[in-house]
Amino acid sequence: MALTGLDIFKLTPKTNCKDCGNPTCMAFAMKVAQGAIPIDKCPHISDEVKAKLDEATAPPMKTIKIGTGENEHSLGGETVLYRHDKTFVSKTLYSVAVSDAYSDEQNEKAFADIANIDYERIGERMRVEAVFVDYVSDGTKFLDLVKKANDMGRTLIINCADADLAAKALEIAAAGKPVLSGANASNFEAMNALAVKHGLVLGVTGKDLAELHDTVEKLEKAGNKNLILDVTMANIKDTFAATVQVRRAAIKDGDRSFGYPSIVNAARLAAGDRHMQTALASLFTLRYGSVVVLEGMSYADALPLFGLRQNIFTNPQKPMKVEPGIYPLNGADENSVCLITVDFALTYFVVSGEVERSGVPVNLLITDAGGYSVLTAWAAGKLSASSIAKFFQEADIENKIKSRTLVIPGKVAVLKGEIEDKLPGWKIIPSPPEAIQLVKFLREFNA
Amino acid sequence: MAFVQKPQVYKSAINTVELGAGDRKIALGGATVYPLYSFDAPIENAPKIGVEISDLGLEGAPKAMLDYYGDCKTIAEVAKKAAAMPGADFVCLRFDGAEPGEGERTVEDCVKIAKEVAAAIDIPLVIAGCKNSQKDAQIFEKVAEALTGRNVLFLSAKEENHKTVGASVGLAYSQKVGAESSVDINLAKQLNVLLTQLGVAKENIIMNLGSAAAGYGFEYVASTIERVKLAALAQGDAMLQMPVVTPVASETWSVKEALISEDDMPEWGNQEQRGIQMEIVTAAACLAAGSDAVILKHPASVATISAMVAALM
Ligand code: B12
Ligand code: SF4
Repeated sequence: MALTGLDIFKLTPKTNCKDCGNPTCMAFAMKVAQGAIPIDKCPHISDEVKAKLDEATAPPMKTIKIGTGENEHSLGGETVLYRHDKTFVSKTLYSVAVSDAYSDEQNEKAFADIANIDYERIGERMRVEAVFVDYVSDGTKFLDLVKKANDMGRTLIINCADADLAAKALEIAAAGKPVLSGANASNFEAMNALAVKHGLVLGVTGKDLAELHDTVEKLEKAGNKNLILDVTMANIKDTFAATVQVRRAAIKDGDRSFGYPSIVNAARLAAGDRHMQTALASLFTLRYGSVVVLEGMSYADALPLFGLRQNIFTNPQKPMKVEPGIYPLNGADENSVCLITVDFALTYFVVSGEVERSGVPVNLLITDAGGYSVLTAWAAGKLSASSIAKFFQEADIENKIKSRTLVIPGKVAVLKGEIEDKLPGWKIIPSPPEAIQLVKFLREFNA
Repeated sequence: MAFVQKPQVYKSAINTVELGAGDRKIALGGATVYPLYSFDAPIENAPKIGVEISDLGLEGAPKAMLDYYGDCKTIAEVAKKAAAMPGADFVCLRFDGAEPGEGERTVEDCVKIAKEVAAAIDIPLVIAGCKNSQKDAQIFEKVAEALTGRNVLFLSAKEENHKTVGASVGLAYSQKVGAESSVDINLAKQLNVLLTQLGVAKENIIMNLGSAAAGYGFEYVASTIERVKLAALAQGDAMLQMPVVTPVASETWSVKEALISEDDMPEWGNQEQRGIQMEIVTAAACLAAGSDAVILKHPASVATISAMVAALM
């Protein structure tokens, strides 16, 4: 929890020697409390006190890095419980599980899924970020899976409570900075030694929150604060309770031993039920899962989940916008038909995608609508006949484009008459309401 | 230091609102903890799941859904099947066909259909309108009159028609008023203030705070629900303590992920599964944010979401 200026003042030598550039120790302490200057600006504070202060002024939740290179991901580092207070900083990672307890067929399917899901949505590459390699009982098969998973070019989470076997797995995979998961109340010393030796993040589990907390404290005492908490409990209810309470304890109550990112193993909570796993992935994307483990991932799972994640982890203060202007698509030239829409990045992404799919040359005109969707902009008065006329003038459309056909979004078809009045000489055509209907519409229109 | 559980129970509660009548009536709200946080204190009324049917029938419905409804011919048969869907707590009848334009359904026709549906089911009924608030006001008034005593929820009263809807549905026939605003806590509150000033009891109001499919502006939906719940519970704002119902199916089945065929997008795979997962992801996220009820339509989504809710209680 944050320290007050007074708390910090009590820890200074109180000599007012001014070596820190401040008139008094009190003034110094106030600035440190605000985060304006670091504590080591005072040369007279002992290392012991410094360590204590570092601890007290550290953020409530650690930022933990896993993986290397393009597969490096940050987890945790959150400062709030709700995204309206401040942007969430580390998005939930979706991980696919392979296991020596699964059939070869299931493991092959999982690897195929991981390779298959790869697409872009509004400038963000969407793919399975991590492979969860689970050890249950067959060591040889497990090590073979570690090898295969390591070749996938993703971050690994090696879940193996047997430290000797884990050591062998790390000989294969340590270079990619995987998470070594599976430390618990009985094996944490050996697992800790292994994680420290390879410089890896250690995943900790417990049969309940009390035991988990206890093990984390012991690991912290041993000097390791590079941890992830696997909060998966016996069932869905207990896991949800654990995930929320761990995050709440860290952010609200300042409990540093729970100030780490979490792993939620939906593959284990709802084995065989892909619908339920997807439901849980959604639930834990909103409620504090840093990594969610699934049995597989098809496009049916990926499209809504990555869309949801992209929404939840955007900055609530600034809508994602594209630059207003003329976007010629499919080799459009000055004679090609014009389509107009708003500058909201999502709308642009959806509409331009459909235009591209149609193959029909189109000049996509993006107006300044404050970064709002079609109906929001219309309701806010930012998409109207006048705003379109103004855009035509500013972007000099009349001179840049010879076509005199303008297709307007179907959701604002009511604007047709007014736009005709404002843009004499233009033929205004309302389109179907949804972008997905554009392919058919444009092809028929072009025929 | 050992971990000590600190349950977060608020002094304020969400209003308890009953829907339906008789043995199968249900209650929404009532909790003094954050939605789904049953580990803080037991939650008496678990979130509820509605099954949406349309006056236009099943045309264009995905295959597994058609299979589920089998050879249902009349709207009454469809309603009965919807009510029997495993996981269903209420049925939501939407008057898509009433939208003003060619061949629009008349108010009288809507009343007839509503009566048939009400007669076919014994679980609570929710009536949703078309996209035209003026027409909705007319439909709601007549249906509310025809179904007096059934304690039906009407979706929705909006700013522009709240006076007519509030006066008929809420006052004249004591049914439940759904107050619909567009993803904004202040607008939600203002509409509740207007309705209560009109005389509608706050126990007869439910909020629809707006809805969007996952990936389509959903962050605003989630944050609005969360802010409303915190205002209701932590700040005790009586004008935001109404339970929240979120229509999900009507948003999720019209986005590209659900609409585009496998022929047009082979790499995306099975179309019906895409629609189901879009519905499931959006519904689970609405419930996580704090909705007290969601309205779905596919049997697979209804089964999954009801199982998830049951597992969390
Ligand atoms: C998120 C949201 C917001 C966000 C803004 C997000 C943003 N950047 O736009 C916020 C909270 C800020 C907001 C504010 C408001 N909103 Co708003 N909002 C929504 C919500 C939930 C989703 C919008 C969205 O992102 N859609 C996704 C994008 C991709 O859709 P789209 O731009 O329409 O594009 C689609 C089609 O139009 C088509 N398309 C687009 N261009 C073209 C072009 C062609 C040629 C073709 C063929 C197709 C096409 O392609 C896309 C996919 O099919 C909707 C409800 C809903 N579920 O839609 C309400 C909604 C749009 N909002 C509404 C309102 C009233 C408002 C406010 C006026 C209310 C208020 N809160 O004060 C304000 C206005 C802003 C202001 N004054 O500050 C109403 C509009 C009602 C109406 N019919 O006019 C809606 C419909 C909610 C409702 N049911 O009442 N809103
Ligand atoms: S340098 Fe240290 S001791 Fe000297 S005034 Fe600053 S805070 Fe006080």
